[in-house]
Amino acid sequence: MTQYLLSVWHDYDQPPYSDDATMQQAFAQVDAFNKRITEAGQWVFGGGLEAPSTATTVDNSTGQGLVTDAPLAETREQIGGFWVVEAPDLDAALALAQDASAACMGPVEVRPFQSE
Amino acid sequence: MVARIYREEYGRCVATLTRVCGDLTLAEDMVQEAFTTALTAWSERLPPNPGAWIVVTARRRAIDRLRREAKREQKHAEALLVHPPPEHEEVGPVADDQLRLIFTCCHPAIAPEARVALTLRTLGGLTTPEVARAFLVPEPTIAQRIVRAKKKIATAGIPYRVPADHDLPDRLSSVLAVIYLIFTQGYAPSTGAELVRTDLCAEAIRLARLLVALMPDEEEAVGLLALLLLTESRQPARTDPGGDLVPLAEQDRTRWDASLIDEGQALVRWCLQRNRPGPYQVQAAIAAVHSDAATAGATDWHQILALYDQLLTLAPSPVVALNRAVALAEVRGPAEALSAVDGLDLDGYYLLHATRADLLSRLGRAREAGAAWHRASELTANEVERQFIADRIAALE
Repeated sequence: MTQYLLSVWHDYDQPPYSDDATMQQAFAQVDAFNKRITEAGQWVFGGGLEAPSTATTVDNSTGQGLVTDAPLAETREQIGGFWVVEAPDLDAALALAQDASAACMGPVEVRPFQSE
Repeated sequence: MVARIYREEYGRCVATLTRVCGDLTLAEDMVQEAFTTALTAWSERLPPNPGAWIVVTARRRAIDRLRREAKREQKHAEALLVHPPPEHEEVGPVADDQLRLIFTCCHPAIAPEARVALTLRTLGGLTTPEVARAFLVPEPTIAQRIVRAKKKIATAGIPYRVPADHDLPDRLSSVLAVIYLIFTQGYAPSTGAELVRTDLCAEAIRLARLLVALMPDEEEAVGLLALLLLTESRQPARTDPGGDLVPLAEQDRTRWDASLIDEGQALVRWCLQRNRPGPYQVQAAIAAVHSDAATAGATDWHQILALYDQLLTLAPSPVVALNRAVALAEVRGPAEALSAVDGLDLDGYYLLHATRADLLSRLGRAREAGAAWHRASELTANEVERQFIADRIAALE
């Protein structure tokens, strides 16, 4: 089994959902998806993130302890939430990502964790 | 002798070893080394089953390699190689190592341009410089694509298997597209001095045959093979003794390869009986109608036009619409065909301008035809095609 990060990306220049009802529907779908993969033993961890405006970047790589009030990457698209799942191979992870993307109504990026 | 066996057995050996050791790169390295050993080992006497000899030798070398490099995983690796795991995880309809390898190389998670390179490298046994030459791409670019693709297979965990039935239509179409692309790159190279690269055509046909042998019930795979065979059958007549291009209508049909035509037509008949048409089958049927005509004048253009209409509903594209217009010109005249062509959004495609030029000449509009030929000439980088166009322009003046 390999662990995969399924990350959800939002274009923060656009409202993530067209209206409140759609947002509530997405939340319900995500809850159902979470329940399903938990029961299947594939759930490791997951959650939604607050907006990138709440992000702070720390860079102590040169020992200067820089703190910046912004996300690291200056792009419109920022990570909005993620799952960590267990899957036997990429095909299985992609199948989960298809369902995850349908549930949260947004694109989902799939990346394997480094093994060991 | 070893070179011929290499060509025939390389892909199968790599595929088998990949299943056994679960690592495509290691499998390739070990098969290469085994063939190097074979050069001396086989100099006196050829083993009864060269492919099996290569696999056994490569597997032993893989054990040695793992023993040296991965002490920590030694026990596990050895156990795996000495006692291969039983075949229990087969989820696809067909269990075959090479088929798995084709589907692995053509996985949608791999970039389309890398799929072709990887397929030619691992299944066709072409070296990286050969793949680079075939596609006229700098060698480092191809090398990088192949390395990246192999790394993605290993680290992202792209499974080495034929996809399950419900995934098959998508995945199979990607495999068919790669084989078709290899063929078209050979049949009509977009650049360069030669009109044809016979090695690529041969390799595409070999892969298509392999696919059909392994998936005999897939109509589109059969259709693709038929299309390639029927297209290939015209190869001897496509150039004159001076190396100049001869268009379909002017080809000496006695030079077409009759055995390829027979085989292709038999496959098309089989497809017709199954009655589950797809784009490759319909294109094969069109090629079969052409191959039926003893002379260009005897071509059944009504049938070809009907097939293009069907193709246009199955796989609509401006290129299909352009080809349909060529048939339309034969059935209803160049004026109607020209108005169909003029509505197409294909300005950067040289065949659009070549077709327009031909239709305009037939309508007696020589000046406009000349302009269209010039535009076509600007858009092709193939020297044989340029020469053909230059001759047409000269004929107009």
